[in-house]
Amino acid sequence: MRVLGLFNYWIFIFLMMVGFYTLISRGNLVKKIVGLNIFQTSVFILYISMGKVRGGTAPILMEGDAVYSNPLPHVLILTAIVVGVATTALGLSLVVRIKEAYGTIEEDEIQAEDLRL
Amino acid sequence: MIAHLPVLQVLVPLLAAPLCATMRKGRAAWAVAVAASWTSLWIAIQLLLLVLTDGPISYELGGWAAPWGIEYRIDIVSAFVLVIVSTVAALVTPYALKSVEREVEASRVTLFYAAFMLCLAGLLGITVTGDVFNVFVFLEISSLAAYALIAIGQDRKALTAAYQYLIMGSVGATFIVIGIGMMYVMTGSLNMADLSVLLPQVSSYRTIPVAFAFLTVGISLKLALFPLHLWLPNAYTYAPSTVTAFMASTATKVAIYMLLRFFFTVFGPAFSFDVMQLDRVLLPLALLAMFSMSLVAIFQTNIKRMLAYSSVAQIGYMILGISMASVTGLTAGILHLFNHAMIKGALFMALGCVMYRVGSVHIDSMRGLGKRMPWTMAAFVVAGLSLIGVPLTVGFVSKWYLIQGALEKGWWPVAVLILITSLMAVVYIWRVVEAAYFQEFPGDDDSELGEAPLAMLLPTWALILINLYFGIDASHTAGIAGAAARSLLGVGP
Repeated sequence: MRVLGLFNYWIFIFLMMVGFYTLISRGNLVKKIVGLNIFQTSVFILYISMGKVRGGTAPILMEGDAVYSNPLPHVLILTAIVVGVATTALGLSLVVRIKEAYGTIEEDEIQAEDLRL
Repeated sequence: MIAHLPVLQVLVPLLAAPLCATMRKGRAAWAVAVAASWTSLWIAIQLLLLVLTDGPISYELGGWAAPWGIEYRIDIVSAFVLVIVSTVAALVTPYALKSVEREVEASRVTLFYAAFMLCLAGLLGITVTGDVFNVFVFLEISSLAAYALIAIGQDRKALTAAYQYLIMGSVGATFIVIGIGMMYVMTGSLNMADLSVLLPQVSSYRTIPVAFAFLTVGISLKLALFPLHLWLPNAYTYAPSTVTAFMASTATKVAIYMLLRFFFTVFGPAFSFDVMQLDRVLLPLALLAMFSMSLVAIFQTNIKRMLAYSSVAQIGYMILGISMASVTGLTAGILHLFNHAMIKGALFMALGCVMYRVGSVHIDSMRGLGKRMPWTMAAFVVAGLSLIGVPLTVGFVSKWYLIQGALEKGWWPVAVLILITSLMAVVYIWRVVEAAYFQEFPGDDDSELGEAPLAMLLPTWALILINLYFGIDASHTAGIAGAAARSLLGVGP
């Protein structure tokens, strides 16, 4: 039960490892960015999970006492998503220019190209 | 006006960035950048003077009280780092005009200055903020701008260098966010001062050491601590000269400031060093960095790359000082932040002058430059002596404190290693001196290769004079660094 109750956190760890592994093991520059994205997304899930209060509603002003989820982690993650989008955009635009300059986006071919000169 | 200085410190370069981007002419954008960076310097000096007389400044952003609102908090450590970053920026921007015209495509010059200002705003932001999530946001602003700045370099290897830095930098930043999230989950606070009170109450839970570990790795990636430095040599080598001079003397310094902030202010020295025994990790890595990277630097033929490896070694010195966790050691570490910024800034700016005239910084293309570019090479030699640690230069002052700190702890092998790595610095600096002064100029005798333009020489020599001034009279810098060290360790004023 305890393990199931931490379901979100297991997903966080799983996604984090998948993303991190992809980022390290793949030689294709676009696949690396995909790995980075999955890695960053896992952190979003961590933050959103921690803000959740069981049975809590949206944090809207209501009469009487209401149990509500913590909105702050969500807001933080909005910022982090924007950062993630900017990083992805910049990374992909670098890949486009690498493709123009080298004619390939495979890491080993780029290294071979650099050594050839 | 004075009350709003903390936020203006970030706002001025942040607003200058879009202004630069909208300019049509590169020179107009440059003028905006110079004005903004000198304003930043003025603000930073005002803040330092205020902190020295009245103690730490707290500024509530938007009037929301801490710990709910974002607090900007400037104490002596942050004020000192603000002065370092803005001094370098104020000297690099005037220098940039000629260098950027030569090394950056005309259509990209306005955007170059916009990215430069964003990078400056991010670095200053990390330093002023007292909110851990805000640190991450500013870190990403400065890093994203830095990736773009590196990718502007002429060589196509600049692109792969920027890409590699982007991947490693983003992983580092994400590790930092995970660490911050774990601290938040245990305490419900993001304010540094608040966290420092709340964390000891929950430090027995395993989440806090895990948060600590994530932050350590994340910040170490950002500050290029050996062996997480792999992004640095390529990034520094292929970036435009101006960017290298700026980044080498600010970006890693601000990352070290983050390390100090998190481990001394947020977690507290007792938890970081007694419970987590951070020094057992930092000390061997610092020593390895000093030794192995100095050794690698000796065998480089590209001088920019040689200095990049030397930077990783010098970061080792700063981390060594921090890992001592004593007043003298920490003073040495913080002092070397300033001193190394001035040394490496001057060295990379001198190399930028060579790049401007010769078009290459390969050791072979520096042959005979001592006669052709006397002022540039003289600047390189003086800054090189400072890097080695010759008396009357700032490099000597740092090493003096560092060796004192090591001896205080009884670590005499460490003191010996500091001397050995200094001798290794003699070797790699000497290679350049030999090429420039004792070898013949390879081209025609009547070729018109001459001195770099005055607009580049003056800022370089301004840094050299700072090197000499604070090398002869270190009472100001060492006094501030000492006060900063005591405030971080929480002993006495």
